[in-house]
Amino acid sequence: MNNILEVKELSTSFFTKFGEIKAVDKISFTLEEGEVIAIVGESGSGKSVASMSIMGLVDTGGKIVNGQILFNGKDVVGLKEKEMEKIRGSEISMIFQDPMTCLNPVFTIGSQMEESLKLHFKEMTKAQRHEKIINMLDMVGIANPEQRAKQYPHELSGGMRQRVMIAMSLLCNPKLLIADEPTTALDVTIQAQIIDLMRNIKEEFNTAIILITHDLGVVASIADKVMVMYCGEVVESAEVRKLYYESKHPYTWGLLKALPRLDMKDNELQPIPGSTPDLLLEHEGCNFFERCEYAMECCRKAKPPVFEAGEAHKVKCWRYHPDFKEDI
Amino acid sequence: MNTILSVKNLKKYFPIKREGKFFGVKHDVLKAVDDVSFDIYEGETLGLVGESGCGKTTLGRTIMRLYDPTGGKIIFKGDDITELDQKQLHPYRKDMHMIFQDPYASLNPRMTVSEIIMESMINDTALSASQRKEKVLELLDLVGLNSDHATRFPHEFSGGQRQRVGIARSLAANPKFIVCDEPISALDVSIQAQVVNLLKDLQKRLGLTYLFIAHDLSMVQYISDRVGVMYLGRMVELASSEELYKSPLHPYTTALMSAVPVPDPDKERQKRRIIVEGEVPSPINPPSGCAFNTRCPRATDKCRGVAPSFTEVTPNHFVACHLFDNEKKEEKIQ
Ligand SMILES: Nc1ncnc2c1ncn2[C@@H]1O[C@H](COP(=O)(O)OP(=O)(O)O)[C@@H](O)[C@H]1O
Ligand SMILES: Nc1ncnc2c1ncn2[C@@H]1O[C@H](COP(=O)(O)OP(=O)(O)O)[C@@H](O)[C@H]1O
Ligand SMILES: [Mg+2]
Ligand SMILES: [Mg+2]
Repeated sequence: MNNILEVKELSTSFFTKFGEIKAVDKISFTLEEGEVIAIVGESGSGKSVASMSIMGLVDTGGKIVNGQILFNGKDVVGLKEKEMEKIRGSEISMIFQDPMTCLNPVFTIGSQMEESLKLHFKEMTKAQRHEKIINMLDMVGIANPEQRAKQYPHELSGGMRQRVMIAMSLLCNPKLLIADEPTTALDVTIQAQIIDLMRNIKEEFNTAIILITHDLGVVASIADKVMVMYCGEVVESAEVRKLYYESKHPYTWGLLKALPRLDMKDNELQPIPGSTPDLLLEHEGCNFFERCEYAMECCRKAKPPVFEAGEAHKVKCWRYHPDFKEDI
Repeated sequence: MNTILSVKNLKKYFPIKREGKFFGVKHDVLKAVDDVSFDIYEGETLGLVGESGCGKTTLGRTIMRLYDPTGGKIIFKGDDITELDQKQLHPYRKDMHMIFQDPYASLNPRMTVSEIIMESMINDTALSASQRKEKVLELLDLVGLNSDHATRFPHEFSGGQRQRVGIARSLAANPKFIVCDEPISALDVSIQAQVVNLLKDLQKRLGLTYLFIAHDLSMVQYISDRVGVMYLGRMVELASSEELYKSPLHPYTTALMSAVPVPDPDKERQKRRIIVEGEVPSPINPPSGCAFNTRCPRATDKCRGVAPSFTEVTPNHFVACHLFDNEKKEEKIQ
């Protein structure tokens, strides 16, 4: 299989008047064609900044300070904005929690989609463009696509706008789709429809997907592999079944135990104590130290490196040091 | 079981003004809550679920008499409070409180935590100044904050801590009944569990009764003794939370349950999903008959013509659906 994306030791920081915020701190992962990787973690853990870094769209004040992003084998870090623009919207595209971030309220759905096609497929005729737009709206489950194409974003419901945004992001047959909390604002019934749609996209077009979410149920239903982020770092990454059934990091355990489950009555919820630390304060040890019930002396003193906890299973926790023994 | 609150055929309609094409302004009604009846028992948690816009918040606010009901009755501790004016409501206000979704918006940014909590004690004239101060500290302790927090301002807290302040404020007046309107929706998963466990613990210790509103079915199922499901302003099913999960009757409940993804990859991938098509119709012109008929995989002509009544089909399990009309009849014959 081809690696479509290889991220190596990527770090993105924001430089504020209070100091440096390491929003993304040396994360690495690979993604194959047609594969879905989920990034999970609490708010502020760096999920959005990681994806915006890949898109080359880091907010002003922020900067990629380390690492490589190999897209189709080619490093896109430091690419000129002109070149990045070409890749964005054609080979990599992105959808957001709020569809209005990419829909322009003053143009109809159809004309916005047409603009995007004009930009990326100069040889297409008007009729071809029209056909493609209607097909795509139909594909994402929009009834009466001819009529919808003539409407403005505000005339559509939230779920429908989400579908339009997905249709727009798929127009140029991207190899990689980044979805940042695409269902967080939606009701569960609509969420189920959108997840179903994403599953179809992956199967039909072999699109690789980076799915950002905090919902471990959504992850279980669609992801092939998972990265758990905490304070800018990937603390655990594994194939999806391993992450749920053989998770290794105390933070991952914490996330799973804090969830109420419809399929299990009377599982006591065990909250993770405390809250995420301030990223402005430099920690000597593990970022999770203060909230971790398994913390040891070494956890306070030094940051854990990445340990291999099995095949393609990585964890940043001192418990997986080869010399660690359970009862010290 | 003592009934603390009884809601009978409660209605809350909002008048909606709309520019007509030819004849100026037209008046429509939006039936946000339509003919809803249920009881809440002392010391229990009644959960309320349903998609956004189905009327959960409006129902909560109408029960609290923050809105004037359009019809029906609200009986609180045996007293009919439906028609009382704000002054007459005064003695009841102490017993009923509401906790909101956004703890930040509901806390005055210019007041310290201590002042915010004391504000709720205003009506308790029996308390001296020093007793009030002491009570603030007790309440902070109760919700897992400490005395240092008393002099701080809301912006100095994390989301979970703010919700704790909101809860402390609600408890200051010693209420018996609390409407929790999406109290955890804005919080991270790990923090949600902190707040929910706190609410459960306080209920046990103080004998509180909750109406717990949320769109997260798994959380509602976890915290509630019984759960009511709403759709387009109506209650479509009501049962114990265990019963509702094991044997949901209404096709909408079944669909809603099936749509919730569980954090278990094997189960998720084997699951036979029932995906409800389309979206919730407008509450201004809801479908005739059963409001769910436009999305229901089992709808018949009867469903399109006649609204089903909300009836007890098996003991303590209520449903509004024509599929169970036969069972309902048998009930009546017995
Ligand atoms: N424009 C910005 N300026 C300063 N800090 C930022 C900016 N954008 C994000 N951050 C910081 O980066 C961290 C990660 O944010 P983000 O990636 O948005 O988190 P997530 O998507 O996981 O909720 C946070 O601590 C946030 O405060
Ligand atoms: N003050 C109001 N005026 C007019 N319509 C309202 C008002 N409050 C709520 N509504 C409408 O009533 C319906 C129910 O809303 P709400 O009770 O907030 O639902 P939920 O809490 O279940 O999301 C919605 O269609 C909403 O737009
Ligand atoms: Mg984000
Ligand atoms: Mg609401």
